[in-house]
Amino acid sequence: MIERTQAAASLRPAGLGFRKARDRVVESFLLAAALVAVFTTLAIVVVLVRESLPFFDHVSLSDFLTDTMWTPLFAEPRYGILPLVAGTLVTTLVALAVAIPAGTLIAIYLSEFAPHRLREIVKPALELLGAVPTVVYGYFALMMVTPFLQKLIPGLPGFNMLSAGLVIGIMIIPYVASVSEDAMRSVPNYMREGSYAMGATRFQTATRVVVPGALSGIAAAYILGISRAVGETMVVAVAAGLQPNLTWDPTQPAATITAFIVQVSLGDLPHGSIGYQSIFAAGLVLMLMTLVFNIGGFTLTRRFREAY
Amino acid sequence: MSTLQTASGTTGDGSRQSPPTHAIEGRLATPRPSVDLGRAPAADEGIVVKSRAENLSFYYGAVKALKGLNIEIREKRVTALIGPSGCGKTTFLRCFNRMHDLTPGTRYEGSITLYPDNFDLVAKGVDPIEVRMRIGMVFQKPNPFPKSIFENVAYGLRVRGMRSSARIEEEVEKALRRAAIWDEAKDRLDSSGLSLSGGQQQRLCIARALATNPEILLFDEPTSALDPIATARIEELIAELRDQVTVIIVTHNMQQAARVSDYTAFMYLGELIEFDNTSKLFTNPSQKATEDYITGRYG
Amino acid sequence: MHATAAAAAIEQIRADVNRRKLFDQMFVIVGLLVMFAALLVLAVLFIDLVQKGAPRLNLDFLTQFPSRKAERAGILSAWVGTSLIMLTTAAVTMPVGVAAAIYLEEYAPKNWVTAIIEINVTNLAGVPSIIYGLLALGLFVYQFKLGQSILTAGLTLSLLILPIVIVATREALRAVPRTIREAAYALGATRWEVTAHHVLPYSMGGIMTGMIIGLSRAIGETAPLITIGALSFIAFLPQSPFTAEFPFISFAWLKDGFTAMPIQMFNWVSRPDPKFQVNAAAAGAILLGMTLLMNGIAIWLRYRFRKRIHW
Repeated sequence: MIERTQAAASLRPAGLGFRKARDRVVESFLLAAALVAVFTTLAIVVVLVRESLPFFDHVSLSDFLTDTMWTPLFAEPRYGILPLVAGTLVTTLVALAVAIPAGTLIAIYLSEFAPHRLREIVKPALELLGAVPTVVYGYFALMMVTPFLQKLIPGLPGFNMLSAGLVIGIMIIPYVASVSEDAMRSVPNYMREGSYAMGATRFQTATRVVVPGALSGIAAAYILGISRAVGETMVVAVAAGLQPNLTWDPTQPAATITAFIVQVSLGDLPHGSIGYQSIFAAGLVLMLMTLVFNIGGFTLTRRFREAY
Repeated sequence: MSTLQTASGTTGDGSRQSPPTHAIEGRLATPRPSVDLGRAPAADEGIVVKSRAENLSFYYGAVKALKGLNIEIREKRVTALIGPSGCGKTTFLRCFNRMHDLTPGTRYEGSITLYPDNFDLVAKGVDPIEVRMRIGMVFQKPNPFPKSIFENVAYGLRVRGMRSSARIEEEVEKALRRAAIWDEAKDRLDSSGLSLSGGQQQRLCIARALATNPEILLFDEPTSALDPIATARIEELIAELRDQVTVIIVTHNMQQAARVSDYTAFMYLGELIEFDNTSKLFTNPSQKATEDYITGRYG
Repeated sequence: MHATAAAAAIEQIRADVNRRKLFDQMFVIVGLLVMFAALLVLAVLFIDLVQKGAPRLNLDFLTQFPSRKAERAGILSAWVGTSLIMLTTAAVTMPVGVAAAIYLEEYAPKNWVTAIIEINVTNLAGVPSIIYGLLALGLFVYQFKLGQSILTAGLTLSLLILPIVIVATREALRAVPRTIREAAYALGATRWEVTAHHVLPYSMGGIMTGMIIGLSRAIGETAPLITIGALSFIAFLPQSPFTAEFPFISFAWLKDGFTAMPIQMFNWVSRPDPKFQVNAAAAGAILLGMTLLMNGIAIWLRYRFRKRIHW
C-alpha cells in the first residue's frame, strides 16, 4: 500500500520561476559532489609530491633507483628502492601464477559451460571470496599456508614471499575471473553459433573463438589484477616479514613497498622527519606503478566494450 | 471576399483561396496551402485554430528528420498523423511538447505557435518545462508510476503547486471519470498503478494527463501495445474527448485514424504529403502517394 | 563398396567427435575443481578462525580492553572504534556518493568536464588503499590539522569507498526505465523533481546495496588506518556521543584517538606469543563474520530488488 501522504513532501508553492531557481541551486551542489573525485586525485598527487620533495633533496635520484639496500632509519642510512620493488615484483609474480590460470579457467567455465543455476550461485560466492578483509587473509597466509608449505619445502622460513604471494593470488582470483567473464560474455552469440555449426565442441569454441574474441578484455583483467596485487599491503605485512631484502627467491622473507610504509607508520612519525618523507617517496613510486597498470587496463577495457 | 478579422484586429495573413468565414474568438481558420502538393482542409464554420506549425524542420545532429512542415491543428478536434514507419510522425508529435530536448544534439527550425497567445513553443529561449505544463502526452507503452492510482493522477497537480487535498481529490476524481476509469478505480485508489491491466494502465495514464487540463493532448500510438478490446475502449474514449480537448494522435493503424479523427495528415520521409478532413483523405485523396499508402501498396 | 566406405567414414567422424568431447568433459571437471577449491578456501578460513578462536569467543572478549595478558585482552575499544568510524564514513559517503552519481547520471552534459570526472572515478577505484592513508596523513592529519582522530579515519575511508558507492548508485539509477522519466517530464516536472520524486525513490534498493558493499569494504581496511596513526593499545573509549545535558548529542568523539577491529587483529597476529594468536583468530572470526553477513545482505537485497518492481 502506498501512502497518500508520501506526496506531501513534494508540495511546493506554484511558480515556475521558483522551481527553476531551485533546480539550478541543486545542480551546483550535485556538481560539487561529483568534483570531489577530481579533487581527491589532485590532492593525492599534490600530497605525494610535496611530502616527498624534501626527500629527494636529501637523496639523489640515481641512488634512489640503483642502490641495493633500503635502510632509511639506520644510523648509516641507505636509500635504494630496489629491494622494495623486488619484493613487490616477486610477490606479484607469485600471485599472478595462481590467479591468472585459475581465474581464466573459472571464467571460461562460468561463461561457456556452467548451467544457469550454478552460475547464479557461484558468482555471489566468488564475490564473497573477494570481500574478505585483507588482514584476515594475512592471518591465513601466516598461520595456515606457511606451515603447510613448510611441510612441502623443508627449511622454509616462517616469513616468506611464497605464502604471501599465493594468498594474494587467491584473493584476486574473483577479480580476474569476473572481469574476464564479462569480456567473454560480451562476445556475440553469432560467433559461437558459427563455430558450433561447424561441428566444434564447447571446449574448442571456447578456446578458439571466444577467448580470442575477448582477448583485450581478458588482458584488461590481468592488468587490473596486477595492479591489485602490487597495491596489496596487509597480506605481505603479516606473512612476508617487514625486512627489505633484495632477492628474487620467493622462499625468502622480504618487504614490499606497501609493507615498508606500514612498518614505518607503526612507529613514531614526526612530521618532516626522514622516515616520514621516505614513506611518501615510496608511495610515489607505488602510485606511478599502479597508474601505469590502471591506464593500460582501462584502455583495454574500453576497447573490448566498444568492439561489440 | 469578406474581411477576415482576428481577435486582435489585424487582418488574416496573405491567404489565397479563402472561403468566407466568420470572425470568432481566437484566430480564424484560414486555409493555407501546406506544401505545394496537397490541399488544406476546407474551413468549417466556427472552428478555431489552436496551433500552427510553420515551416517546421527538425534535426537529429546533422540529419534533417522533418522537412519544412506546415499544419494547422484545430481546437477541440482530433487530428491524426499517419504514415509508414520512419516517416517522422512521432518525431513531429514530440516537437509539440519539446520531448526532443531530453536528447542532446537536436535542433528545431521554424515555429509551432500556440493560440490565442501566439506562443512559439520551439523558439530559442522558451523553456520546455513551460511548454509541457500546457501540453500533455500519452505514450505508446503505458507508463504509470509505481505509486498508487491516486498519486499517479495527482502528480501533475502537485508539481503545479496545488496543495489543498480537497481540491486534489476533486480533480483526481474528475480526471478518472473523464478517462472512463473511475468506476474501476474508485475502490482501489490506494493500490499501485502497476496492479492494473494494460488497457486500464493506459486509461490511468490518460487520466493523469487530463488532470492538468492540457491545451493539447498528444497521443503517441496509444493502443499499439494493447489487445483489441482495450484498444476499442481507448478509441471510444478518444472519440468522447473530442469537443473537450484538442487531440493530436499518431497511429500506424489507418482504420483507427479513420474511426477517431476529424482531420488526418499523411507524412512520408519527413514531409507532409497531404492534410485534409479524414473522410475526404480516406475516400478521395488528392495525392497519389496518399492513395498508395491507404490502399496498402507500401508501408 | 560405396556403403561400407560411407559407414567407415561415419565411424571415423564418431571417433573424432568422441575424442574431442573428452576434452570437453575433462575441462568441466577441471573447471569445477578449481572453482570449488577457491570457494573451499573461504570455508576453511572461516572454520579455522572459529575453531582456533573458540576459547576467546565469549562476552568477555567483547567487553574487555586490550591488555598485555592475552587471556584478558579484549576488543572493546576496537569494535567501538570501528562502529564510530563506520558511522562517520556512512554519514559522509552517502550524501556525497549519491549526489555525485545523480549528477553524472541525470545532469552531466557530454563534455570534457564530465569525461574528466568519470575518468577520475574509475581511476580512484584502482588506487591502492595505502595511498589513501598517505593522502590522509598529509592532508587531514597535518594540513587540515584534524589530528589522528576518528574524524580523519572516517573521512579517509569514505574517500576510499566513494568510487564503489558512485558506481553502484549509477547502476541503480540507470535501472529506472526511461519511460518513467519521460512520463514525469511530460507532466511538466523539472529535472530535479523527476529525480527526487521518481528516480531516487525507485532506485533506493540498489543504492542501499551499494552502500552496504562499500561499508563492508571499509570495515576490513587496515593499511590506511595504520598510516594515519591508529594506535592499537588503547585502553580507553572515545567520548560518548550522548551527553547528560542539553543538547544530548555530542560530537567530541570525532576528535578522539581510536583503534579498529582489523588493527587489533593485525597487532595480535604480529606477536610471537601463541596465546595472542588465539585472540587474533577470535577477532578474525568476528571480523570475517561481519563482512560475510554484510555482503550476504547486500547480495540478497540485490536479488530481491531485481524481482520487486516489474516495469
